[in-house]
Amino acid sequence: MKTLVIAEHDNAALAPATLNVLAAAARLGGEVDLLVAGQDCRAVAEVAAAVAGVARVILVDAPAYKDQLAENLAALVVAQVRTKSYGAVLAAASAFGKNLAPRVAALLDVAQVSDVVSITAVGRYVRPIYAGNVLVSVESDEPVQVLTVRPTSFDAVAATGGAATVEEAQAEADLGLSRLVGRALSKSERPELGSAAIVVSGGRGLGNGDNYQQVLAPLADRLGAALGASRAAVDAGYVPNDYQVGQTGKIVAPGLYLAVGISGAIQHLAGMKDSKVIVAINKDPDAPIFQVADYGLVGDLFEAVPQLTASLAS
Amino acid sequence: MKILVPVKRVVDYNVKVRVRGDGSGVELAGVKMAINPFDEIAVEEAVRLREASMATEVVAVSCGPTACQETLRTALAMGADRAILVETDAELQPLAVAKLLKAVADKEQPDLVICGKQAIDDDANQTGQILAALMGRGQATFASKLVLSGRTLEVTREVDGGLETLALELPAVVTADLRLNEPRYATLPNIMKAKKKPLEVLPAGALGVDVAPRLRHTRHAEPEARKAGIRVADVAELVSRLKNEAKVI
Repeated sequence: MKTLVIAEHDNAALAPATLNVLAAAARLGGEVDLLVAGQDCRAVAEVAAAVAGVARVILVDAPAYKDQLAENLAALVVAQVRTKSYGAVLAAASAFGKNLAPRVAALLDVAQVSDVVSITAVGRYVRPIYAGNVLVSVESDEPVQVLTVRPTSFDAVAATGGAATVEEAQAEADLGLSRLVGRALSKSERPELGSAAIVVSGGRGLGNGDNYQQVLAPLADRLGAALGASRAAVDAGYVPNDYQVGQTGKIVAPGLYLAVGISGAIQHLAGMKDSKVIVAINKDPDAPIFQVADYGLVGDLFEAVPQLTASLAS
Repeated sequence: MKILVPVKRVVDYNVKVRVRGDGSGVELAGVKMAINPFDEIAVEEAVRLREASMATEVVAVSCGPTACQETLRTALAMGADRAILVETDAELQPLAVAKLLKAVADKEQPDLVICGKQAIDDDANQTGQILAALMGRGQATFASKLVLSGRTLEVTREVDGGLETLALELPAVVTADLRLNEPRYATLPNIMKAKKKPLEVLPAGALGVDVAPRLRHTRHAEPEARKAGIRVADVAELVSRLKNEAKVI
């Protein structure tokens, strides 16, 4: 059985999560091809060709795929599945993959499996439900297995060491069902939240957006960490929505997660409880975050965090 | 303009769910049920569009057992004009639900479908996208803002790097994210009024759709609980433990 992984990219760079999806694809056995569809995205295809474990990079370069619209991409993926007899299609359980995969599955008339965290064999998966409070084992006999996989649950494959061929494939018609008006993407020199080794996350305890930046940014800079936030902090307008860690935001599992002024609502815990080491700094000793923290510091974050930043400098 | 809003009856978000002893599923007996919170946001958005005279009718639809009538009454109390229950006691998976909704959409011919982005029970995040594909229409998932002008809908979406805005021609399918709006509370007079609004019951079997489950859920388990660690006395101890014990900095 051959598997097709859908590369996530912005026509310039391959998103790191794609390497985790490739690791999940390897669990299915068989050859793994990687679809890079976009416009002027040959550079992405060439980077992708060096990724370990990729048999072929399928490059489709056409205006219809420039903005990664689900309608056009889904039609393309289905055409690739039909002509090349793929038995599985995998994408990351990211905003991109979650938007695309169900549409692919619908056009193939198969059931999609969402947010897979474990693969034991083709058609044998585990996925979280009820905000991660329950893990369900899922069996599927669908002729094409369409999955979104949780990137943090699979260790990324090596970005180098592979020698895939790059094959160009035909674009499908532009369906014209939607068009991009514009994007307002956060620009940051920091690592991407979903794949960072260290995440510094702030909650309502910070009081406002200025405090969030003044207190947390120096610590994140010192640690080379990504910045995250609780839903409460996002809803209060401290930071944009893409900072949100939680069931309805991003799922992260860094080596070190520092939760600052975050009480630890269930929906937040669902997004970070698989982190290897969790540190909580909160003035409320009864905050639920302490129940999952490896190291808890009860105290005033406005004193503790600058101290922590300063002591890491020395 | 007619808006169709699919709503799902789920375990109330405040309930801590428990897995049945034999792992066959989640204990639902005696558990408080409610409208899926994302669907509530979808209903609110549709009702606001009607209140702003951008839409003429809001139709709520639910697929499932008789008890889903309660969920539909919630949508009616929030302001939906009428409701449809596609009634079945069978287990429904997202593909089956989307096919039933497609059959309803064929009958109702809505200009816009607004769904919640995912249900908080199975967390599948699929139904809106599948429905859009089955209808052959455009989709805008994870919406945080809708602007309708004529037959063009501009939808701002929450994506991983920030926000993006798409334009779609109606009919189209939108899925609602958290920040689209804050749903109203249904007032008592509106709850009373909702009891008199039309609620049509369609047997699922009459729609000619194969709803047989495609996936088997063989075992449910609670994830291994993370155990609480230790309290540190001060920042110096924290730094020392992170360096020497956890070795993460």
